[in-house]
Amino acid sequence: MTGTTMLEITDLSHAFGPGHLALDGITLTVTEGELVSIVGPSGCGKSTLLRCVAGLIRPAGGRVVLRGAPVVTVPDRLAVVFQDYSRSLFPWLTAEDNVALPLRRTQPGRAQRRATALEALATVGLTDTAQKYPWQLSGGMQQRVAIARALACDPVLLLMDEPFGSVDAQTREDLEDLILAVRRDTLMTILMVTHDIDESVYVGDRVVVLTPGPGRVRADLPVDLPAPRDQITTKELPGFVHLRTEVSRLVRNQPGGPGRPGDSGGGGGAAYWGRERNRSRAARASQE
Amino acid sequence: MNGARGRWGRALGRCAVIAAAVALWEVWARQRGSSFFPPPSAIAARMYGQWFSGPAAHLFLTHDAIGNVLPSLGRIAAGLAIAVVVGGVAGVAIGRSVALSGYLDPLLQFARALPAVTLVPVFIALFRIGTEMEVATIAFGTVWPILLNTIDGARSVDPVQMETARAFRLPGRQRLTKLIIPATMPRFFAGLRLSLSLALVLMVFAELAGSSNGLGYEMNDAESSFDMTWVWATIVLLALLGNVFNLLELAVERRMLGWYRGARGRTP
Repeated sequence: MTGTTMLEITDLSHAFGPGHLALDGITLTVTEGELVSIVGPSGCGKSTLLRCVAGLIRPAGGRVVLRGAPVVTVPDRLAVVFQDYSRSLFPWLTAEDNVALPLRRTQPGRAQRRATALEALATVGLTDTAQKYPWQLSGGMQQRVAIARALACDPVLLLMDEPFGSVDAQTREDLEDLILAVRRDTLMTILMVTHDIDESVYVGDRVVVLTPGPGRVRADLPVDLPAPRDQITTKELPGFVHLRTEVSRLVRNQPGGPGRPGDSGGGGGAAYWGRERNRSRAARASQE
Repeated sequence: MNGARGRWGRALGRCAVIAAAVALWEVWARQRGSSFFPPPSAIAARMYGQWFSGPAAHLFLTHDAIGNVLPSLGRIAAGLAIAVVVGGVAGVAIGRSVALSGYLDPLLQFARALPAVTLVPVFIALFRIGTEMEVATIAFGTVWPILLNTIDGARSVDPVQMETARAFRLPGRQRLTKLIIPATMPRFFAGLRLSLSLALVLMVFAELAGSSNGLGYEMNDAESSFDMTWVWATIVLLALLGNVFNLLELAVERRMLGWYRGARGRTP
């Protein structure tokens, strides 16, 4: 079982003004239920790529197809977690109201929206802070609210734009585990942009490395690490260390190490991914 | 920061300064004995006699207070209401529309630079002497701070918040009521604060220029009867009214913009 295709990005290009190419022919396929990390040096167009997928930017060239439908505007059942939580949450609304606001479109009943919002807040571990305002919460808690707001929309595709870039290391690890837990429980497809190499390997089923701007796919590496991941034991596995070194080299554009020299083809990666996925599915099933 | 104790202490200190200033004025005016500068006690007595010694059924307001103070307050309220509605609605519309603000900006800057009092003769011609002219003067004068601040506020809604609204597919009406209007509120209130003090000035001026009642009219009356205590009583009453407006505005603002103070105090 290789899973159905969730997202198909074909030859995606975008430029901000003439001569300033941000994305240059990105082709990427994401299978349903996959968590794909997109990593690359700053200025490689990671965020632009995410905004094109979200329908927030109309790309200059190429196409984005979500569940068989081309993305022209922001698609239904897609949610975004922005990097800058302090600016993406509305400071005049409580945590609960922030989460409930996007639900008005799909859920007419106030009580129903409230229940959904509280449930989403509970999922991210915020039960007592529903009536607090974002500015009364710590950075990590604010980002949890932003994640809850995305989850409440019940998305099939969750996009995260450097979601943990501005929280401290401990909080970052907690939030990474939160995302892994959410993914395990919901089987949501997640596309996560990050500049943190360890993070990209730790949370990802696949790591897509982009070249420095204009962004192209430099490598598409499957992450063959056992689930469930653990901040201590996973990160000391030889496989983790090997992969993070390889990704690091690719990001820094240094010659490849002894590892897999030709492992930048999307096809090979996908096949590899399929195997890993079946195994983790089986592992999950046996746990239940 | 400090506890309630510090706050009360500061409030007490402020009252002490006011009391000392009034006492100084009293001593100075009594020594001087000039009929142009009556002592505060005489002014206070006159204010009481003039406006606040009425029957309990009229909330202790005298005939004169009902005939002059209330109409003035009514004109301020009407003028400000027009300014708030026009300035607020047009401000949000212009602020959110790049095309509109591009076209209108020079015109707005020009109109703002025009002192509202200079238009009183025009308004007198347009509306005849009376309430309409006065309300028009107040509305025209006070609309600019509200309008220009609201334009600025609506224009500078955080782009990340706008993008968030798009990413979560908020429909246009919700984008307006849940994002643009709340985000504009701090600037709107900054404009309203300016307009409140302007409203008082414009009210007096318009009533001095032509009116058959109101505080400005009463001041004119007092002056022409060489009753300086009466003139001063009116001046002090206007100052008190200005303070009351300010307090009211602060109370409303505190309720509406609690989030703004909180967010500003806490964000790194």
